Amino acid sequence: MRVMAQMGMVMNLDKCIGCHTCSVTCKQAWTNRAGVEYVWFNNVETRPGQGYPRTYEDQDRWKGGWEVGRNGRLSLRTGSRLKRLLTIFSNPIQPSIDDYYEPWTYDYETLTNAPVQEHTPVARPRSLLSNEPMKVEWSANWDDDLGGAPELTQADPVLRKISAQVKQQFEQTYMFYLPRICEHCINPSCAASCPSGAIYKRTEDGIVLVDQDRCRGWRMCVTGCPYKKVYFNHRTGKAEKCTFCFPRVEVGIPTVCSETCVGRLRYIGIVLYDADRVLEAASTPDEEDLYDAQRSLILDPHDPEVIRAAQQAGIPRDWIDAAQRSPIHALINRYEVALPLHPEYRTMPMVWYIPPLSPVVDALTATGHDGEDVGNVFGAIESLRIPVEYLAELFTAGDTERVTGVLRRLGAMRSYMRDLNLGRPADESIAAAVGMTGRDIQDLHRLLAVAKYDERYVIPTAHAEQGPEMEELDTGCSLDYEGGPGMGGWGPFGETSGGVTPIAVENFHMLARRQTTDTLAAPGDRDQRVNLLNWDGKGSPEGLFPPRPDEREGLHGPDGGGVGPDSPSATEPRP
Amino acid sequence: MNVLDILLWVVLPYVSLAVFVVGHYWRYRYDKFGWTTRSTQLYERRLLRWGSPLFHFGILFVLVGHIVGLGIPKSWTNAVGLSEEAYHAVAIGIGAIAGFCTLAGLAVLIYRRRTVGPVFSATTRNDKFMYVVLTATILFGLSNTVLGALGHEGADYRDTVSPWFRSIFFFQPQPELMSQAGLGFQLHALSALVLFAIWPFTRLVHVFSAPLGYLTRPYIVYRSRDQQLGARTPARGWERAGGGRR
Repeated sequence: MRVMAQMGMVMNLDKCIGCHTCSVTCKQAWTNRAGVEYVWFNNVETRPGQGYPRTYEDQDRWKGGWEVGRNGRLSLRTGSRLKRLLTIFSNPIQPSIDDYYEPWTYDYETLTNAPVQEHTPVARPRSLLSNEPMKVEWSANWDDDLGGAPELTQADPVLRKISAQVKQQFEQTYMFYLPRICEHCINPSCAASCPSGAIYKRTEDGIVLVDQDRCRGWRMCVTGCPYKKVYFNHRTGKAEKCTFCFPRVEVGIPTVCSETCVGRLRYIGIVLYDADRVLEAASTPDEEDLYDAQRSLILDPHDPEVIRAAQQAGIPRDWIDAAQRSPIHALINRYEVALPLHPEYRTMPMVWYIPPLSPVVDALTATGHDGEDVGNVFGAIESLRIPVEYLAELFTAGDTERVTGVLRRLGAMRSYMRDLNLGRPADESIAAAVGMTGRDIQDLHRLLAVAKYDERYVIPTAHAEQGPEMEELDTGCSLDYEGGPGMGGWGPFGETSGGVTPIAVENFHMLARRQTTDTLAAPGDRDQRVNLLNWDGKGSPEGLFPPRPDEREGLHGPDGGGVGPDSPSATEPRP
Repeated sequence: MNVLDILLWVVLPYVSLAVFVVGHYWRYRYDKFGWTTRSTQLYERRLLRWGSPLFHFGILFVLVGHIVGLGIPKSWTNAVGLSEEAYHAVAIGIGAIAGFCTLAGLAVLIYRRRTVGPVFSATTRNDKFMYVVLTATILFGLSNTVLGALGHEGADYRDTVSPWFRSIFFFQPQPELMSQAGLGFQLHALSALVLFAIWPFTRLVHVFSAPLGYLTRPYIVYRSRDQQLGARTPARGWERAGGGRR
């Protein structure tokens, strides 16, 4: 047994209202830059729908993830290593920008520059790739809220797996949202596809990252990832992906998407798993057994044997404590209500989902039945085959039993807790019907419905002695955007080439210049940036404001001949 | 042998090679982040699908041809009983096919670069200059092969260019050999020397990240969190605690 810790997330889909706050805050934090306009580390998809990029789940076409060959061995779906190297000059199955969408901006300048005219001027969309005017035809959530259904949903790869009769009724009966980030897989196929070895899994917390200095832009990871969560930055020529907000998680605060989630539906914690059995679990012959196989990888953090092995593996005590209190472990293995997204890709994903019961309840209520009566709910779960089959294709490789089991638990929790909330005696038979006790149900309810901040996020922190080194991470310059007054922009070899100047070095030079200069905090010429960090408060730093007219007077003298071209106005009488 | 010969066939090669070696070292130290293929497949893939493999596989064969033609002395192939005619038939045959593949691929790639809007706007001035030198080198080289195939009276490059090339690396340069070579070979060599000199400062550096290690490394790479988080070395007493873990 080789114990490793893995950071993971669980999302409770019942609570997702599809507001895209997670996507927007993630974008602001991570991909608000040139070259990654089309990149959404976090996106929210309406299901049924095509997803982002379009139909990414169709692995017959995109060849993401792993497969088990006839000899029972695990290999990447794109073929052998040699085959990948031979297709390195032109990857035959890399999604093109049309499968995402062509990023655009608007020609805002016409709004202010347009001549006087009868009609209001319009800011027309312009492509951010070619600068040409373009027609906006698709984006990251074009089919949001079933927009464009039923035509667009026809192309949903998950829906296509379900029978034809189901397809027709679908949009009338069921819709839910699926927020997605990188799965930070235990068996990441992106890392396995990377020819340069730039994508790595961190030994401490299992977060999968791209080393930007080692990435050479071979693009195999984009194809290798079945979730299409590795993106190609078309300006820097490097792969980028969700980082699980590691600078935040390292100091014990949740990821941006979790922190800003309006529905508070995300849970973060660590699990301990047995790294020696990963290959065996991922090679499980029957796809429907993969869910159990992955669950069996996850170790019980209360088991003394596991604790001893974890300590031997160098996992610190506070991490073992965190694993014991982990909401992820509880939802996956204690209550068994969380399911992995597409376990059949065999990457052992670590962002799991609690399937939504609300649509079932809503459908029941719409028919005039009591949607929270346990008998009705159980009956509805059995009879509303469509949602169950769809959810099974998403979360259990088609095994409807598992999904039904989870939905029954969620339904039982609602009924049981309603009795308590209405002051009626608890009906223990409801709990027993789903193999739980009343105590379990109350604990689960507390975790899912009350969802206290410190119970949703149990993140073991990095240690205080790291503080000084972290300074460098947090002190980027806000002016450092393309064309901005900061240090960024085009180096001699293309976009953002060259090293980053550490802020400490920059300050050192600024300070030295100020100490040796003749004037007060004066930058030598106006093109230079004004560094207020070194401004000692005496006067105003030159270059920060344009010179005032009276200052010009003072400089040149009121009577002086040969003043600047604007001197006549300076001598004109003022009101 | 005059001053010009020495400048062109002794000084220039050494300057060019020195810039090539030191330049790569410097670029790798200074600009790891800029060291990439800068692929444009995301923008356009229909033309790339033909142009890029044609060019790249073609130029790999051309490279092998150059290693054989420049690196192996005539006396060796004579010693194993390979006749002059047979050698040239094989060399020119394979060379012409590989060369035309390379040229066709390059033509497709340049056409794509000019006509596809997003690809063109991702092209830097540096790229354009590099394309000119690269194309010139390939064209001169290919014309030598074609002229050779037509039986044109150029000196046999295995008597002139190859020994000169090897003499550079033995530090006993023989510029007089090069001055006897045909004009085509001289132009080809000169443009190649310019190409080597600008190589480290262009996108061509991606040649040296050919990921051959991928064939032998384990699938999943595990790495510990970096010992050093920022760009500067931590001050004494402020190093990360715990050594291996965190």
